[in-house]
Amino acid sequence: MDLSIAALLAQDGITNGAIYALLALAIVLVFTVTRVIWIPSGEFLSYGTLTLAGLQLGKAPGTVGLLVALAIVAGLVETASSWRQGALARLPRRLLFWVGVPLLIALVLARAAPLQWPFPVQVLLTLAAVTAMGPLQYRIVYQPLADASVLVLLIVSVAVHFVLTGLGLWFFGAEGSRTPAFSDASLQAGAVVFSAQSLFVVLASLLLIGVLYLLFGATLYGKALRATAINRIGARLVGISPSFAGTLTFALAALLCAFSGVLIGPITTVYYDSGFLISLKGFVGAIIGGLVSYPLAAAGAILVGLLESFSSFWASAFKEVIVFTLIIPVLLWRSLATRHHEEDE
Amino acid sequence: MKDPAPILAVERLCVSYGKVPALRDVTLRVAAGSVVTVIGPNGAGKTTLLGAIAGLLPSRGVLRCFGDEVANSPVEARVEHGLVLVPEKRELFATMSVADNLRLGAFVRRRDGAVAATLAEVYARFPRLAERRGQLAGTLSGGERQMLALGRALMARPRLLLLDEPSLGLAPVIVREIFDIIAALRASGVAILLIEQNARAALQVADHGYVLEAGECVLEGPAAALSGDPRVIASYLGHGKAFQA
Repeated sequence: MDLSIAALLAQDGITNGAIYALLALAIVLVFTVTRVIWIPSGEFLSYGTLTLAGLQLGKAPGTVGLLVALAIVAGLVETASSWRQGALARLPRRLLFWVGVPLLIALVLARAAPLQWPFPVQVLLTLAAVTAMGPLQYRIVYQPLADASVLVLLIVSVAVHFVLTGLGLWFFGAEGSRTPAFSDASLQAGAVVFSAQSLFVVLASLLLIGVLYLLFGATLYGKALRATAINRIGARLVGISPSFAGTLTFALAALLCAFSGVLIGPITTVYYDSGFLISLKGFVGAIIGGLVSYPLAAAGAILVGLLESFSSFWASAFKEVIVFTLIIPVLLWRSLATRHHEEDE
Repeated sequence: MKDPAPILAVERLCVSYGKVPALRDVTLRVAAGSVVTVIGPNGAGKTTLLGAIAGLLPSRGVLRCFGDEVANSPVEARVEHGLVLVPEKRELFATMSVADNLRLGAFVRRRDGAVAATLAEVYARFPRLAERRGQLAGTLSGGERQMLALGRALMARPRLLLLDEPSLGLAPVIVREIFDIIAALRASGVAILLIEQNARAALQVADHGYVLEAGECVLEGPAAALSGDPRVIASYLGHGKAFQA
């Protein structure tokens, strides 16, 4: 291997790694705030790519039907729980949020599809539609289980993953989609060629990570999520409700996944079930971060991307095996290096 | 002190852990602007009582706060109602700064423009916290943590403050400081339900007291009367040094 091949592989690895990093951050975010190990993150990535691809073709994406279905179920769940709590007075406002908003987004999506709006608008629509599904999923599945153990939540996550994959097949069909490249330009630096596409993916990921950093460091809502992750009881005692934190967390996590779905669209063909394998790579990154550290998770995801691209050169048949085997030494290292201590008071 | 409508009325409150009853038919009242203390030995159910009133533990019985039934509302709704708990374990956000801990204390008032003024008040009351506003909460000393826990609770502008063992594990000089603060809070109109091991200090600062033993309320009365009660003296005041207020 010479330098130019190594540079190409590294570029590939970092590009994919940047996408895995977004997934890893979503998984860490969801776990720290809600204790849910979010297996279905990959489905949200697939939905992102498939929604954008649908809009590009000028036909209403399956997301429309999916949003309507989720909104109806969420509405039923909300009505039932308000009824049981004897709090029907709050119901109209909640239905507006849980049913009205998703239906509005679905309507805009259905109407906008044939109009072939400019690409950036299509991306925004895609992000809005998939982001809306995060809180819906939380409301339907995880919120009623807020007090369950991590193990129960994990098992439920596996089930949700299968259900969402099935829904993906139903609403989007079995054929895969690819979105056109953002740019075909490339930059020459010595013997090394950088594609503008790769640069765009890395910069966009960095930008989104920067925005999240500001959100968590400088806004009250971001701090409220951090506080929930640090001390659940303390957060309740200052009035941050778990359902508020969960709703916001799943919206942000779904946004991250949708964004990575948009970024990965031009790189690979995405099917309704492609997300799982991709999100597992994000998951390996998140494990490297111990499911708690954002910088380590992002760095781990980049490492996964690099490992994957170099192993596809040397031993392409074992590419996935090598990537997932990485978990074993990482778990060993983490269990030896981490001291388990009681939560600080 | 006359008995106006109580701001907290607890009637026949029962809490159990599985099949084991922790509290049986506890009835208790807190009048507006007063300090009420609950004393009793370890394991009597004092912390359980506050947990149930704050909404952290499920309970049966009547819980009326400012005239509204709150027994079915979650913790967060009770905080919005003005019922704020400072737990025994403080439950601070250890890896966040003192200032962030305080600002989050006012989370329920996030649409209220006067939060900055409350923050200034809290800093004025606890100059130590003002000095350490940029420091992480986890790096504070025990006394400072208790001050931060109190300050964080005050940020919500509570109408009734539930204090669980505020002096536990603190040096005597800090304990005195904490009790001075309780007296000052009372003077500013905040009602307080105080749970204390340090019965002598608690009865000195309180208007009214209850004695809780094995999950049941065995004695109640004005704090001064309780301090003179032979049973209380024998069980709770007999040993230890007098508290110098």
